Amino acid sequence: MTTETVLRAVGVTKRFGDLPVLRGIDLTVTAGEVVCLMGPSGSGKSTFLRCVNQLERPDGGYLEVRSELLGWKRRGDTLRELSHREIARQRRGIGMVFQRFNLFPHLTVLQNVTEAPVRTRALPRAEAERTARELLERVGLAEKGNAYPGQLSGGQQQRVAIARSLATRPFLMLFDEPTSALDPELVGEVLAVMRTLAEQGMTMIVVTHEAGFARDVADRIVFMDGGVIVEEGPPARLLSAPSHPRTKDFLARVTAAHGGPPVPSTETARTPDTVDTADTADTAEKGQR
Amino acid sequence: MYGNDAAAALGLRPVRRRHWGRWASAVIIVLLLAAVVRAFATGAIEWDVVGEYLTADMILEGLANTAVITAAAMLLGVLVGILIAVLRLSANPVANAVAAGYVWFFRGVPVLLQLLIWYNLALVFPSIGVPGLWEGSTVEVMTPFMATLLGLGLHQSAYTAEIVRGGILAVDRGQTEAALSLALPSGAVFGRIVLPQAMRVIIPPLGNEFISTLKTSSLAAVVTYGELLQSAQLVYYRNNRVIELLIVVAVWYLAVVSVLAIGQYAVERRYGRGFTPTRDASGPGVRGRARGGVRARKTMGSEA
Repeated sequence: MTTETVLRAVGVTKRFGDLPVLRGIDLTVTAGEVVCLMGPSGSGKSTFLRCVNQLERPDGGYLEVRSELLGWKRRGDTLRELSHREIARQRRGIGMVFQRFNLFPHLTVLQNVTEAPVRTRALPRAEAERTARELLERVGLAEKGNAYPGQLSGGQQQRVAIARSLATRPFLMLFDEPTSALDPELVGEVLAVMRTLAEQGMTMIVVTHEAGFARDVADRIVFMDGGVIVEEGPPARLLSAPSHPRTKDFLARVTAAHGGPPVPSTETARTPDTVDTADTADTAEKGQR
Repeated sequence: MYGNDAAAALGLRPVRRRHWGRWASAVIIVLLLAAVVRAFATGAIEWDVVGEYLTADMILEGLANTAVITAAAMLLGVLVGILIAVLRLSANPVANAVAAGYVWFFRGVPVLLQLLIWYNLALVFPSIGVPGLWEGSTVEVMTPFMATLLGLGLHQSAYTAEIVRGGILAVDRGQTEAALSLALPSGAVFGRIVLPQAMRVIIPPLGNEFISTLKTSSLAAVVTYGELLQSAQLVYYRNNRVIELLIVVAVWYLAVVSVLAIGQYAVERRYGRGFTPTRDASGPGVRGRARGGVRARKTMGSEA
Protein backbone atom coordinates (compact mmCIF):
# COMPACT_ATOMS: atom_id res chain seq x y z
CA MET A 1 0.00 0.00 0.00
CA THR A 2 1.33 3.41 -0.89
CA THR A 3 1.48 6.07 1.76
CA GLU A 4 0.35 8.92 -0.47
CA THR A 5 -1.79 11.33 1.52
CA VAL A 6 -5.22 11.60 -0.11
CA LEU A 7 -6.89 13.87 2.40
CA ARG A 8 -5.45 16.18 5.01
CA ALA A 9 -7.75 18.23 7.22
CA VAL A 10 -6.18 20.81 9.48
CA GLY A 11 -8.14 22.49 12.26
CA VAL A 12 -11.42 22.46 10.34
CA THR A 13 -14.20 24.39 12.08
CA LYS A 14 -17.75 25.05 10.99
CA ARG A 15 -20.74 26.65 12.65
CA PHE A 16 -24.36 26.87 11.57
CA GLY A 17 -25.48 30.19 12.95
CA ASP A 18 -24.70 30.08 16.66
CA LEU A 19 -24.26 26.34 16.68
CA PRO A 20 -20.66 25.11 16.39
CA VAL A 21 -20.73 21.85 14.45
CA LEU A 22 -17.04 21.25 13.90
CA ARG A 23 -14.55 22.52 16.46
CA GLY A 24 -11.18 21.78 14.97
CA ILE A 25 -10.91 18.54 13.04
CA ASP A 26 -7.45 17.22 12.15
CA LEU A 27 -7.48 14.11 10.02
CA THR A 28 -5.18 12.52 7.50
CA VAL A 29 -6.27 9.73 5.18
CA THR A 30 -3.76 7.87 3.04
CA ALA A 31 -4.34 6.10 -0.27
CA GLY A 32 -6.17 2.79 0.00
CA GLU A 33 -7.29 3.46 3.54
CA VAL A 34 -10.85 2.86 4.70
CA VAL A 35 -11.80 5.23 7.51
CA CYS A 36 -15.11 4.91 9.31
CA LEU A 37 -16.44 8.01 11.02
CA MET A 38 -18.63 7.06 13.94
CA GLY A 39 -20.35 8.95 16.68
CA PRO A 40 -23.75 10.18 17.80
CA SER A 41 -26.02 12.26 15.57
CA GLY A 42 -25.07 15.90 15.58
CA SER A 43 -21.42 15.11 16.26
CA GLY A 44 -20.40 16.68 12.94
CA LYS A 45 -19.52 13.54 10.97
CA SER A 46 -21.71 14.34 7.98
CA THR A 47 -20.79 18.01 8.01
CA PHE A 48 -17.11 17.08 7.88
CA LEU A 49 -17.76 14.75 4.96
CA ARG A 50 -19.66 17.49 3.16
CA CYS A 51 -16.73 19.86 3.69
CA VAL A 52 -14.48 17.37 1.89
CA ASN A 53 -16.79 17.56 -1.13
CA GLN A 54 -17.25 21.32 -0.74
CA LEU A 55 -20.98 21.07 -0.21
CA GLU A 56 -20.21 22.99 2.95
CA ARG A 57 -17.44 25.52 3.32
CA PRO A 58 -15.39 25.39 6.53
CA ASP A 59 -15.27 28.56 8.61
CA GLY A 60 -11.77 27.88 9.85
CA GLY A 61 -8.89 25.55 9.08
CA TYR A 62 -8.35 24.01 5.68
CA LEU A 63 -8.55 20.78 3.71
CA GLU A 64 -6.15 19.40 1.16
CA VAL A 65 -6.91 16.62 -1.28
CA ARG A 66 -3.82 15.12 -2.88
CA SER A 67 -1.86 18.11 -1.55
CA GLU A 68 -4.20 20.54 -3.33
CA LEU A 69 -5.95 23.09 -1.18
CA LEU A 70 -9.73 22.79 -1.45
CA GLY A 71 -11.76 25.83 -2.47
CA TRP A 72 -8.81 28.22 -2.59
CA LYS A 73 -5.78 28.88 -4.71
CA ARG A 74 -2.53 30.25 -3.42
CA ARG A 75 -1.11 33.02 -5.58
CA GLY A 76 1.90 34.83 -4.18
CA ASP A 77 0.89 35.89 -0.72
CA THR A 78 -2.86 35.90 -1.49
CA LEU A 79 -5.44 33.16 -1.30
CA ARG A 80 -7.96 33.39 -4.12
CA GLU A 81 -11.36 31.77 -3.89
CA LEU A 82 -11.94 29.23 -6.66
CA SER A 83 -14.63 29.62 -9.31
CA HIS A 84 -17.48 27.14 -9.64
CA ARG A 85 -15.68 25.54 -12.56
CA GLU A 86 -12.48 25.06 -10.57
CA ILE A 87 -14.42 23.64 -7.63
CA ALA A 88 -16.12 21.22 -10.02
CA ARG A 89 -12.68 20.13 -11.22
CA GLN A 90 -11.60 19.46 -7.64
CA ARG A 91 -14.76 17.44 -7.02
CA ARG A 92 -14.12 15.27 -10.05
CA GLY A 93 -11.84 12.88 -8.23
CA ILE A 94 -14.16 12.56 -5.25
CA GLY A 95 -17.29 10.42 -5.31
CA MET A 96 -20.06 10.88 -2.81
CA VAL A 97 -22.89 8.57 -1.77
CA PHE A 98 -25.76 10.11 0.14
CA GLN A 99 -28.00 8.75 2.86
CA ARG A 100 -31.06 9.38 0.70
CA PHE A 101 -29.45 8.12 -2.53
CA ASN A 102 -30.39 11.33 -4.39
CA LEU A 103 -30.69 9.50 -7.69
CA PHE A 104 -32.13 11.62 -10.47
CA PRO A 105 -35.71 10.32 -10.62
CA HIS A 106 -36.42 11.63 -14.11
CA LEU A 107 -33.50 9.76 -15.67
CA THR A 108 -33.14 6.03 -16.17
CA VAL A 109 -30.61 4.09 -14.13
CA LEU A 110 -28.21 4.06 -17.09
CA GLN A 111 -28.66 7.79 -17.65
CA ASN A 112 -28.01 8.41 -13.97
CA VAL A 113 -24.66 6.69 -14.31
CA THR A 114 -23.65 8.24 -17.65
CA GLU A 115 -24.75 11.78 -16.81
CA ALA A 116 -21.54 12.90 -15.11
CA PRO A 117 -18.99 11.44 -17.55
CA VAL A 118 -21.00 12.72 -20.53
CA ARG A 119 -21.66 16.23 -19.21
CA THR A 120 -18.14 16.76 -17.93
CA ARG A 121 -16.88 15.55 -21.31
CA ALA A 122 -14.77 12.94 -19.58
CA LEU A 123 -15.96 10.24 -21.99
CA PRO A 124 -17.79 10.10 -25.30
CA ARG A 125 -21.36 8.88 -24.85
CA ALA A 126 -20.83 5.40 -26.29
CA GLU A 127 -17.89 4.75 -24.02
CA ALA A 128 -19.69 6.25 -21.04
CA GLU A 129 -22.55 3.81 -21.62
CA ARG A 130 -20.19 0.87 -21.87
CA THR A 131 -18.48 1.89 -18.64
CA ALA A 132 -21.87 2.45 -17.00
CA ARG A 133 -23.02 -1.07 -17.91
CA GLU A 134 -19.82 -2.48 -16.45
CA LEU A 135 -20.35 -0.51 -13.24
CA LEU A 136 -23.97 -1.63 -13.00
CA GLU A 137 -22.80 -5.19 -13.40
CA ARG A 138 -20.29 -4.68 -10.61
CA VAL A 139 -23.07 -3.61 -8.25
CA GLY A 140 -25.26 -6.46 -9.44
CA LEU A 141 -27.80 -4.43 -11.38
CA ALA A 142 -26.79 -5.11 -14.97
CA GLU A 143 -30.38 -5.73 -16.03
CA LYS A 144 -31.81 -2.57 -14.48
CA GLY A 145 -30.27 -0.04 -16.87
CA ASN A 146 -33.56 1.01 -18.40
CA ALA A 147 -35.53 1.14 -15.15
CA TYR A 148 -36.29 4.41 -13.43
CA PRO A 149 -35.03 4.84 -9.86
CA GLY A 150 -38.64 4.86 -8.65
CA GLN A 151 -39.00 1.25 -9.77
CA LEU A 152 -36.11 0.02 -7.61
CA SER A 153 -35.90 -0.92 -3.96
CA GLY A 154 -33.92 1.28 -1.60
CA GLY A 155 -30.96 -1.07 -1.60
CA GLN A 156 -30.92 -1.20 -5.39
CA GLN A 157 -31.12 2.58 -5.56
CA GLN A 158 -28.18 2.98 -3.26
CA ARG A 159 -26.15 0.52 -5.35
CA VAL A 160 -26.98 2.59 -8.45
CA ALA A 161 -25.85 5.67 -6.54
CA ILE A 162 -22.54 3.97 -5.84
CA ALA A 163 -22.15 3.04 -9.50
CA ARG A 164 -23.03 6.61 -10.47
CA SER A 165 -20.34 8.11 -8.29
CA LEU A 166 -17.78 5.58 -9.55
CA ALA A 167 -18.47 6.62 -13.15
CA THR A 168 -16.11 9.57 -12.91
CA ARG A 169 -13.32 7.25 -11.71
CA PRO A 170 -12.81 8.89 -8.31
CA PHE A 171 -9.73 8.18 -6.17
CA LEU A 172 -11.64 8.98 -2.98
CA MET A 173 -15.16 7.83 -2.09
CA LEU A 174 -17.27 9.48 0.59
CA PHE A 175 -20.23 7.62 2.07
CA ASP A 176 -22.66 9.61 4.20
CA GLU A 177 -24.65 7.09 6.25
CA PRO A 178 -25.27 4.99 3.12
CA THR A 179 -27.46 2.41 4.84
CA SER A 180 -29.34 4.54 7.36
CA ALA A 181 -32.38 5.04 5.13
CA LEU A 182 -32.66 1.36 4.24
CA ASP A 183 -34.87 -1.42 5.49
CA PRO A 184 -32.78 -3.76 7.65
CA GLU A 185 -32.94 -6.59 5.12
CA LEU A 186 -31.57 -4.31 2.37
CA VAL A 187 -28.54 -3.09 4.31
CA GLY A 188 -26.43 -6.15 3.55
CA GLU A 189 -26.46 -5.80 -0.23
CA VAL A 190 -25.18 -2.22 -0.04
CA LEU A 191 -22.49 -3.06 2.51
CA ALA A 192 -21.38 -5.97 0.31
CA VAL A 193 -20.77 -3.60 -2.60
CA MET A 194 -18.83 -1.24 -0.33
CA ARG A 195 -16.81 -4.14 1.04
CA THR A 196 -15.80 -5.18 -2.48
CA LEU A 197 -14.86 -1.63 -3.28
CA ALA A 198 -12.66 -1.49 -0.18
CA GLU A 199 -11.01 -4.78 -1.12
CA GLN A 200 -10.20 -3.35 -4.54
CA GLY A 201 -8.15 -0.67 -2.81
CA MET A 202 -10.48 2.33 -2.99
CA THR A 203 -9.77 5.05 -0.48
CA MET A 204 -12.99 5.48 1.46
CA ILE A 205 -14.36 7.67 4.24
CA VAL A 206 -17.57 6.17 5.58
CA VAL A 207 -19.92 7.82 8.02
CA THR A 208 -21.75 4.86 9.49
CA HIS A 209 -23.44 3.36 12.51
CA GLU A 210 -22.74 -0.16 11.26
CA ALA A 211 -20.29 -1.38 13.89
CA GLY A 212 -20.01 -4.76 12.18
CA PHE A 213 -19.06 -3.24 8.87
CA ALA A 214 -16.59 -0.91 10.56
CA ARG A 215 -14.91 -3.77 12.36
CA ASP A 216 -14.61 -5.96 9.27
CA VAL A 217 -13.68 -3.38 6.67
CA ALA A 218 -12.25 -0.26 8.25
CA ASP A 219 -8.52 0.25 8.66
CA ARG A 220 -9.26 2.93 11.19
CA ILE A 221 -12.25 4.14 13.12
CA VAL A 222 -12.53 7.80 13.96
CA PHE A 223 -14.94 8.51 16.77
CA MET A 224 -16.43 12.00 16.81
CA ASP A 225 -18.57 13.76 19.38
CA GLY A 226 -19.51 17.40 19.81
CA GLY A 227 -17.59 18.50 16.75
CA VAL A 228 -14.22 17.06 17.74
CA ILE A 229 -12.43 13.78 17.19
CA VAL A 230 -12.61 12.05 20.56
CA GLU A 231 -10.62 8.99 19.74
CA GLU A 232 -9.29 7.09 16.76
CA GLY A 233 -7.60 3.82 16.13
CA PRO A 234 -7.84 0.38 14.57
CA PRO A 235 -11.34 -1.12 14.82
CA ALA A 236 -10.29 -4.07 16.96
CA ARG A 237 -9.05 -1.81 19.71
CA LEU A 238 -11.57 1.01 19.39
CA LEU A 239 -14.64 -1.21 19.31
CA SER A 240 -13.64 -3.73 21.98
CA ALA A 241 -11.56 -1.54 24.30
CA PRO A 242 -12.39 2.12 23.77
CA SER A 243 -10.33 4.35 26.04
CA HIS A 244 -12.59 7.37 26.11
CA PRO A 245 -15.79 7.31 28.21
CA ARG A 246 -17.82 8.96 25.46
CA THR A 247 -16.84 6.27 22.99
CA LYS A 248 -17.83 3.62 25.53
CA ASP A 249 -21.15 5.37 26.11
CA PHE A 250 -21.91 5.51 22.43
CA LEU A 251 -20.93 1.93 21.68
CA ALA A 252 -22.93 0.71 24.62
CA ARG A 253 -25.98 2.56 23.36
CA VAL A 254 -25.50 1.39 19.79
CA THR A 255 -25.37 -2.23 20.87
CA ALA A 256 -27.61 -2.20 23.96
CA ALA A 257 -30.91 -2.09 22.11
CA HIS A 258 -29.64 -4.99 20.09
CA GLY A 259 -29.52 -7.24 23.10
CA GLY A 260 -26.56 -9.04 21.57
CA PRO A 261 -22.85 -9.11 22.29
CA PRO A 262 -21.09 -5.73 22.61
CA VAL A 263 -20.15 -5.61 18.97
CA PRO A 264 -22.48 -7.36 16.56
CA SER A 265 -20.56 -8.78 13.67
CA THR A 266 -23.45 -9.45 11.31
CA GLU A 267 -23.68 -7.27 8.23
CA THR A 268 -27.17 -6.26 9.09
CA ALA A 269 -26.31 -4.87 12.49
CA ARG A 270 -28.66 -1.98 13.00
CA THR A 271 -28.24 1.24 14.83
CA PRO A 272 -31.14 1.73 17.17
CA ASP A 273 -33.22 4.78 16.41
CA THR A 274 -32.41 6.19 19.82
CA VAL A 275 -29.19 7.47 18.31
CA ASP A 276 -31.24 10.30 16.81
CA THR A 277 -31.68 11.73 20.27
CA ALA A 278 -28.20 10.78 21.42
CA ASP A 279 -27.15 14.40 21.82
CA THR A 280 -29.62 15.23 24.53
CA ALA A 281 -29.30 11.84 26.17
CA ASP A 282 -25.55 12.27 26.17
CA THR A 283 -25.57 15.57 28.02
CA ALA A 284 -28.17 14.33 30.46
CA GLU A 285 -26.06 11.33 31.36
CA LYS A 286 -22.93 13.37 31.75
CA GLY A 287 -24.76 15.66 34.12
CA GLN A 288 -25.43 12.71 36.34
CA ARG A 289 -21.87 11.58 36.42
CA MET B 1 -70.79 -7.33 -5.65
CA TYR B 2 -70.38 -7.75 -1.94
CA GLY B 3 -74.08 -7.48 -1.06
CA ASN B 4 -75.10 -10.01 -3.69
CA ASP B 5 -72.47 -12.45 -2.52
CA ALA B 6 -73.60 -12.09 1.06
CA ALA B 7 -77.22 -12.62 0.07
CA ALA B 8 -76.33 -15.62 -2.07
CA ALA B 9 -74.33 -17.10 0.76
CA LEU B 10 -77.33 -16.76 3.02
CA GLY B 11 -79.75 -17.96 0.33
CA LEU B 12 -81.71 -14.73 0.38
CA ARG B 13 -82.81 -12.20 -2.24
CA PRO B 14 -80.86 -8.92 -1.98
CA VAL B 15 -82.84 -5.66 -2.02
CA ARG B 16 -80.64 -2.70 -2.75
CA ARG B 17 -81.14 0.76 -1.33
CA ARG B 18 -83.14 3.19 -3.51
CA HIS B 19 -81.44 6.51 -4.15
CA TRP B 20 -84.56 8.68 -4.40
CA GLY B 21 -82.60 11.93 -3.91
CA ARG B 22 -80.27 11.09 -6.78
CA TRP B 23 -83.16 10.36 -9.11
CA ALA B 24 -85.00 13.56 -8.19
CA SER B 25 -81.97 15.84 -8.60
CA ALA B 26 -81.03 14.19 -11.91
CA VAL B 27 -84.51 14.85 -13.28
CA ILE B 28 -84.43 18.49 -12.18
CA ILE B 29 -80.99 19.05 -13.70
CA VAL B 30 -82.00 17.50 -17.02
CA LEU B 31 -85.17 19.61 -17.15
CA LEU B 32 -83.24 22.81 -16.47
CA LEU B 33 -80.69 21.89 -19.11
CA ALA B 34 -83.48 21.17 -21.63
CA ALA B 35 -84.99 24.57 -20.87
CA VAL B 36 -81.69 26.32 -21.59
CA VAL B 37 -81.16 24.39 -24.82
CA ARG B 38 -84.74 25.12 -25.90
CA ALA B 39 -84.31 28.82 -25.11
CA PHE B 40 -81.27 29.07 -27.34
CA ALA B 41 -82.79 26.89 -30.06
CA THR B 42 -85.96 28.98 -30.28
CA GLY B 43 -84.34 32.34 -29.49
CA ALA B 44 -83.47 34.94 -32.08
CA ILE B 45 -80.36 33.13 -33.22
CA GLU B 46 -79.93 32.10 -36.80
CA TRP B 47 -77.95 28.92 -36.38
CA ASP B 48 -77.32 28.47 -40.08
CA VAL B 49 -75.58 31.87 -40.02
CA VAL B 50 -73.40 30.56 -37.22
CA GLY B 51 -72.49 27.54 -39.33
CA GLU B 52 -71.86 29.72 -42.34
CA TYR B 53 -69.44 32.06 -40.59
CA LEU B 54 -67.66 29.33 -38.64
CA THR B 55 -65.31 28.82 -41.56
CA ALA B 56 -65.46 32.26 -43.16
CA ASP B 57 -62.08 33.55 -44.38
CA MET B 58 -62.23 36.56 -42.10
CA ILE B 59 -62.88 34.39 -39.04
CA LEU B 60 -60.21 31.83 -39.92
CA GLU B 61 -57.73 34.65 -40.41
CA GLY B 62 -58.61 36.01 -36.98
CA LEU B 63 -58.26 32.51 -35.55
CA ALA B 64 -54.79 32.18 -37.09
CA ASN B 65 -53.77 35.55 -35.66
CA THR B 66 -55.06 34.53 -32.24
CA ALA B 67 -53.07 31.29 -32.42
CA VAL B 68 -49.92 33.12 -33.52
CA ILE B 69 -50.10 35.82 -30.83
CA THR B 70 -50.91 33.29 -28.11
CA ALA B 71 -47.98 31.08 -29.04
CA ALA B 72 -45.61 34.04 -29.38
CA ALA B 73 -46.73 35.67 -26.12
CA MET B 74 -46.47 32.36 -24.27
CA LEU B 75 -42.99 31.73 -25.66
CA LEU B 76 -41.89 35.21 -24.59
CA GLY B 77 -43.62 34.79 -21.26
CA VAL B 78 -41.98 31.45 -20.49
CA LEU B 79 -38.48 32.53 -21.53
CA VAL B 80 -38.62 35.81 -19.62
CA GLY B 81 -40.41 34.04 -16.76
CA ILE B 82 -37.64 31.46 -16.34
CA LEU B 83 -35.06 34.25 -16.44
CA ILE B 84 -36.93 36.26 -13.79
CA ALA B 85 -37.39 33.16 -11.62
CA VAL B 86 -33.65 32.43 -11.75
CA LEU B 87 -32.85 36.06 -10.89
CA ARG B 88 -35.38 35.91 -8.08
CA LEU B 89 -33.62 32.85 -6.65
CA SER B 90 -30.10 34.16 -7.15
CA ALA B 91 -27.81 35.13 -4.31
CA ASN B 92 -27.29 38.54 -5.90
CA PRO B 93 -29.43 40.98 -3.86
CA VAL B 94 -29.76 43.45 -6.74
CA ALA B 95 -30.95 40.79 -9.19
CA ASN B 96 -33.25 39.50 -6.51
CA ALA B 97 -34.83 42.88 -5.82
CA VAL B 98 -35.17 43.76 -9.51
CA ALA B 99 -36.88 40.45 -10.20
CA ALA B 100 -39.26 40.98 -7.30
CA GLY B 101 -40.04 44.48 -8.56
CA TYR B 102 -40.61 43.15 -12.08
CA VAL B 103 -43.14 40.62 -10.85
CA TRP B 104 -44.80 43.26 -8.67
CA PHE B 105 -45.23 45.63 -11.63
CA PHE B 106 -46.23 43.31 -14.46
CA ARG B 107 -48.52 41.23 -12.29
CA GLY B 108 -50.06 44.29 -10.66
CA VAL B 109 -50.98 46.39 -13.71
CA PRO B 110 -54.10 45.12 -15.51
CA VAL B 111 -53.25 43.51 -18.82
CA LEU B 112 -55.67 45.75 -20.72
CA LEU B 113 -53.79 48.77 -19.37
CA GLN B 114 -50.46 47.22 -20.32
CA LEU B 115 -51.66 46.71 -23.90
CA LEU B 116 -52.70 50.36 -24.14
CA ILE B 117 -49.43 51.58 -22.63
CA TRP B 118 -47.31 49.61 -25.10
CA TYR B 119 -49.50 50.70 -28.01
CA ASN B 120 -49.15 54.36 -27.03
CA LEU B 121 -45.45 54.19 -26.23
CA ALA B 122 -44.75 56.61 -29.08
CA LEU B 123 -46.27 59.36 -26.95
CA VAL B 124 -43.36 58.92 -24.51
CA PHE B 125 -40.54 57.89 -26.82
CA PRO B 126 -41.02 59.11 -30.41
CA SER B 127 -38.13 56.94 -31.50
CA ILE B 128 -36.56 53.86 -29.96
CA GLY B 129 -33.50 51.77 -30.62
CA VAL B 130 -30.04 50.86 -29.47
CA PRO B 131 -27.80 53.96 -29.57
CA GLY B 132 -25.23 53.69 -32.35
CA LEU B 133 -26.64 50.43 -33.67
CA TRP B 134 -30.18 50.90 -34.82
CA GLU B 135 -32.97 53.35 -34.36
CA GLY B 136 -36.55 53.50 -35.56
CA SER B 137 -39.76 55.40 -35.21
CA THR B 138 -41.77 54.02 -32.32
CA VAL B 139 -45.01 54.22 -34.25
CA GLU B 140 -43.57 51.93 -36.91
CA VAL B 141 -42.02 49.51 -34.46
CA MET B 142 -44.95 49.34 -32.07
CA THR B 143 -47.38 47.67 -34.46
CA PRO B 144 -50.56 46.17 -33.03
CA PHE B 145 -48.75 42.81 -33.09
CA MET B 146 -45.75 44.12 -31.14
CA ALA B 147 -47.91 45.89 -28.59
CA THR B 148 -49.98 42.75 -28.05
CA LEU B 149 -46.92 40.52 -27.90
CA LEU B 150 -45.23 42.69 -25.27
CA GLY B 151 -48.42 43.37 -23.33
CA LEU B 152 -49.54 39.75 -23.12
CA GLY B 153 -46.06 38.23 -23.00
CA LEU B 154 -44.60 40.36 -20.23
CA HIS B 155 -47.78 40.19 -18.17
CA GLN B 156 -47.63 36.43 -18.58
CA SER B 157 -43.93 36.29 -17.71
CA ALA B 158 -44.63 37.72 -14.25
CA TYR B 159 -47.04 34.88 -13.53
CA THR B 160 -44.74 32.32 -15.15
CA ALA B 161 -41.83 33.54 -13.04
CA GLU B 162 -43.72 32.76 -9.86
CA ILE B 163 -44.81 29.36 -11.16
CA VAL B 164 -41.27 28.48 -12.23
CA ARG B 165 -39.85 29.70 -8.93
CA GLY B 166 -42.28 27.49 -7.02
CA GLY B 167 -41.36 24.54 -9.25
CA ILE B 168 -37.63 25.03 -8.72
CA LEU B 169 -38.09 25.31 -4.95
CA ALA B 170 -40.09 22.09 -4.99
CA VAL B 171 -37.07 20.10 -6.23
CA ASP B 172 -35.26 18.42 -3.36
CA ARG B 173 -32.01 20.09 -2.36
CA GLY B 174 -30.33 16.66 -2.44
CA GLN B 175 -30.73 16.66 -6.23
CA THR B 176 -28.56 19.76 -6.54
CA GLU B 177 -26.06 18.34 -4.08
CA ALA B 178 -25.82 15.06 -5.96
CA ALA B 179 -25.34 16.92 -9.23
CA LEU B 180 -22.65 19.13 -7.69
CA SER B 181 -20.89 16.16 -6.14
CA LEU B 182 -20.74 14.60 -9.61
CA ALA B 183 -18.88 17.74 -10.75
CA LEU B 184 -21.54 18.63 -13.32
CA PRO B 185 -21.07 22.09 -14.82
CA SER B 186 -23.43 24.64 -13.25
CA GLY B 187 -25.45 24.89 -16.47
CA ALA B 188 -26.09 21.15 -16.43
CA VAL B 189 -26.99 21.14 -12.74
CA PHE B 190 -29.85 23.50 -13.54
CA GLY B 191 -30.70 22.50 -17.10
CA ARG B 192 -30.40 18.72 -16.82
CA ILE B 193 -31.25 18.01 -13.19
CA VAL B 194 -33.26 20.76 -11.50
CA LEU B 195 -35.34 22.25 -14.32
CA PRO B 196 -36.66 18.95 -15.78
CA GLN B 197 -37.87 17.95 -12.32
CA ALA B 198 -39.30 21.39 -11.69
CA MET B 199 -41.17 21.04 -15.00
CA ARG B 200 -43.29 18.30 -13.51
CA VAL B 201 -44.59 20.83 -11.00
CA ILE B 202 -44.61 23.73 -13.46
CA ILE B 203 -46.53 22.17 -16.36
CA PRO B 204 -50.06 21.90 -14.90
CA PRO B 205 -50.32 25.55 -13.81
CA LEU B 206 -48.51 26.64 -16.97
CA GLY B 207 -51.16 24.83 -19.01
CA ASN B 208 -53.78 26.91 -17.27
CA GLU B 209 -51.76 30.03 -18.04
CA PHE B 210 -51.61 29.05 -21.70
CA ILE B 211 -55.39 28.78 -21.81
CA SER B 212 -55.70 32.03 -19.91
CA THR B 213 -53.39 33.83 -22.36
CA LEU B 214 -55.37 32.44 -25.28
CA LYS B 215 -58.54 33.97 -23.90
CA THR B 216 -56.86 37.20 -22.77
CA SER B 217 -55.61 37.71 -26.31
CA SER B 218 -59.18 38.75 -27.15
CA LEU B 219 -58.36 42.03 -25.39
CA ALA B 220 -55.93 42.80 -28.21
CA ALA B 221 -58.95 44.11 -30.11
CA VAL B 222 -58.40 47.43 -28.27
CA VAL B 223 -55.04 47.89 -29.99
CA THR B 224 -56.61 46.89 -33.34
CA TYR B 225 -54.71 43.60 -33.57
CA GLY B 226 -56.75 41.42 -35.93
CA GLU B 227 -57.37 38.48 -33.62
CA LEU B 228 -60.50 36.34 -33.55
CA LEU B 229 -62.84 38.65 -31.64
CA GLN B 230 -61.69 41.74 -33.54
CA SER B 231 -62.35 39.93 -36.84
CA ALA B 232 -65.80 38.85 -35.70
CA GLN B 233 -66.60 42.41 -34.62
CA LEU B 234 -65.57 43.75 -38.02
CA VAL B 235 -67.97 41.28 -39.60
CA TYR B 236 -70.92 42.08 -37.38
CA TYR B 237 -70.43 45.84 -37.71
CA ARG B 238 -71.27 45.22 -41.37
CA ASN B 239 -73.99 42.55 -41.21
CA ASN B 240 -75.44 43.07 -37.70
CA ARG B 241 -75.40 39.33 -36.87
CA VAL B 242 -73.93 40.14 -33.46
CA ILE B 243 -74.92 37.08 -31.42
CA GLU B 244 -74.29 34.66 -34.27
CA LEU B 245 -70.73 35.89 -34.69
CA LEU B 246 -70.07 35.94 -30.97
CA ILE B 247 -71.19 32.32 -30.86
CA VAL B 248 -68.79 31.54 -33.70
CA VAL B 249 -66.00 33.08 -31.64
CA ALA B 250 -67.02 31.12 -28.54
CA VAL B 251 -67.07 27.85 -30.49
CA TRP B 252 -63.57 28.46 -31.79
CA TYR B 253 -62.22 29.36 -28.38
CA LEU B 254 -63.70 26.21 -26.88
CA ALA B 255 -62.23 24.15 -29.71
CA VAL B 256 -58.74 25.57 -29.26
CA VAL B 257 -58.89 25.25 -25.48
CA SER B 258 -59.84 21.58 -25.89
CA VAL B 259 -56.84 21.01 -28.14
CA LEU B 260 -54.58 22.74 -25.61
CA ALA B 261 -55.92 20.58 -22.81
CA ILE B 262 -54.97 17.46 -24.79
CA GLY B 263 -51.50 18.91 -25.41
CA GLN B 264 -51.11 19.65 -21.72
CA TYR B 265 -51.91 16.04 -20.89
CA ALA B 266 -49.23 14.84 -23.30
CA VAL B 267 -46.59 17.20 -21.90
CA GLU B 268 -47.46 16.24 -18.33
CA ARG B 269 -46.89 12.61 -19.20
CA ARG B 270 -43.55 13.48 -20.75
CA TYR B 271 -42.28 15.18 -17.59
CA GLY B 272 -43.88 12.64 -15.29
CA ARG B 273 -41.39 10.00 -16.46
CA GLY B 274 -39.83 8.16 -13.58
CA PHE B 275 -42.62 9.26 -11.29
CA THR B 276 -45.62 7.37 -12.61
CA PRO B 277 -45.17 3.66 -11.89
CA THR B 278 -44.39 3.54 -8.17
CA ARG B 279 -43.81 5.93 -5.37
CA ASP B 280 -40.66 5.07 -3.49
CA ALA B 281 -38.04 6.31 -1.13
CA SER B 282 -36.47 8.67 -3.63
CA GLY B 283 -39.81 10.09 -4.67
CA PRO B 284 -41.31 13.18 -3.10
CA GLY B 285 -42.88 12.83 0.30
CA VAL B 286 -40.27 10.65 1.90
CA ARG B 287 -37.46 13.06 1.21
CA GLY B 288 -36.32 15.54 3.75
CA ARG B 289 -33.68 15.72 6.35
CA ALA B 290 -32.08 12.76 8.05
CA ARG B 291 -34.26 13.31 11.11
CA GLY B 292 -37.14 11.27 9.73
CA GLY B 293 -35.08 8.12 9.60
CA VAL B 294 -37.66 5.92 11.23
CA ARG B 295 -40.50 7.20 9.13
CA ALA B 296 -38.47 6.87 5.94
CA ARG B 297 -37.70 3.26 6.69
CA LYS B 298 -41.33 2.44 7.25
CA THR B 299 -42.35 4.05 3.98
CA MET B 300 -39.74 2.08 2.14
CA GLY B 301 -40.88 -1.10 3.74
CA SER B 302 -44.30 -0.65 2.21
CA GLU B 303 -42.76 -0.68 -1.25
CA ALA B 304 -40.58 -3.72 -0.77
